[in-house]
Amino acid sequence: MDILETVFVRNNLIVAFAVVGVTIWISYFLADKLTQGRIHGSAIAIALGLVAAYFGGVATGGNTGLADVTLLGGIGLMGGGMMRDFAIVATAYGVHLSELKKAGIAGVISIFAGVIVSFIVGAAIAVMFGYTDPTAITTIGAGAVTYIVGPVTGEAIGASDAVITLSVAAGLVKSILVMIGTPLVARHIGLNNPQSAMVFGGLMGTTSGVAAGLAATDPKLVPYGAMTATFYTGVGCLLGPSVLFFIVSAMF
Amino acid sequence: MIVYGVALLSGCLILGMIIGEALGIALNVEANVGGVGIAMLFLVLASNSDKFKEVTHGAAGSGIQFWSAMYIPIVVAMAARQNVAAAVDGGLLALAAGVAAVIVSFALVPILSKLSGTATPPEDNEEQGAV
Repeated sequence: MDILETVFVRNNLIVAFAVVGVTIWISYFLADKLTQGRIHGSAIAIALGLVAAYFGGVATGGNTGLADVTLLGGIGLMGGGMMRDFAIVATAYGVHLSELKKAGIAGVISIFAGVIVSFIVGAAIAVMFGYTDPTAITTIGAGAVTYIVGPVTGEAIGASDAVITLSVAAGLVKSILVMIGTPLVARHIGLNNPQSAMVFGGLMGTTSGVAAGLAATDPKLVPYGAMTATFYTGVGCLLGPSVLFFIVSAMF
Repeated sequence: MIVYGVALLSGCLILGMIIGEALGIALNVEANVGGVGIAMLFLVLASNSDKFKEVTHGAAGSGIQFWSAMYIPIVVAMAARQNVAAAVDGGLLALAAGVAAVIVSFALVPILSKLSGTATPPEDNEEQGAV
């Protein structure tokens, strides 16, 4: 066992490549045989990843899912922000500028609309659950924007740790739901062209959610959605502790 | 050379990230503002320009395409390292806030997509009223 552990830990990124490769092979096999291709193989792979992350997190008590399991630490590097951003940028290869220009204004509007709407919904839910403190309401609303905007806003305006944790959880729920839900609703919301993908990225904002959701829907749409989504967290961090907090403070 | 494409890709990401960080500081925000999106724009510009042909076509191009093709495996790994346990532990409030935000945002996709000029004229007034 020692030999195995030594090899696995020393070569953790390579182990991750192998494990992910096998997972994807199984997922495409299942997609083909069980669903006759109705569910995309990558959607199954992402769902399997999330399930594994849940059990990894429960088993280790860590906060990076399966990557906290010693033998699978390489998953953390392979699926971390650096590799994710590198691969996202690579998907822009072959994108035509004209497609981007067509949705330019709508894309920008969608980023602001997405941040504001998610914030209002999150804040309204916080009020419904009995919160009356503007700091807590703002932080939970910011969490519904993304799980980064929540803690950034909460720390800036002095929210309690418990509320900040709640805001992160709300953002995680959103991110995971976008990953799973996007391929299911894509057809109903007209998500089948570059322009709607840009609007989608701007409205949803969670980079992980958009990245995985579009990958499971149609990989060709990924660069368009990712392009707008990467501005969303920045806009959220800009509006959350400032304008949005002032508005909430004025109301409560 | 394959590595030319990979180096171009890396250069785009680094440049984009630096601009994103600088934007964050300029706006007094604790986040990278659009670094990845800006990096993507650079790559789009480079791959659409004849000047960069040597580092975007042929073997160099396949260096970029490899990472583009690794996107889904990387996303699967990303899913496997999410803090799903914390999301589940967040309880009813976190669940309600996350789910409601997603449903409302999904519903807005077709409405805002119309703004990109493919179909009917803009009709966002009712939404703005709610805001």
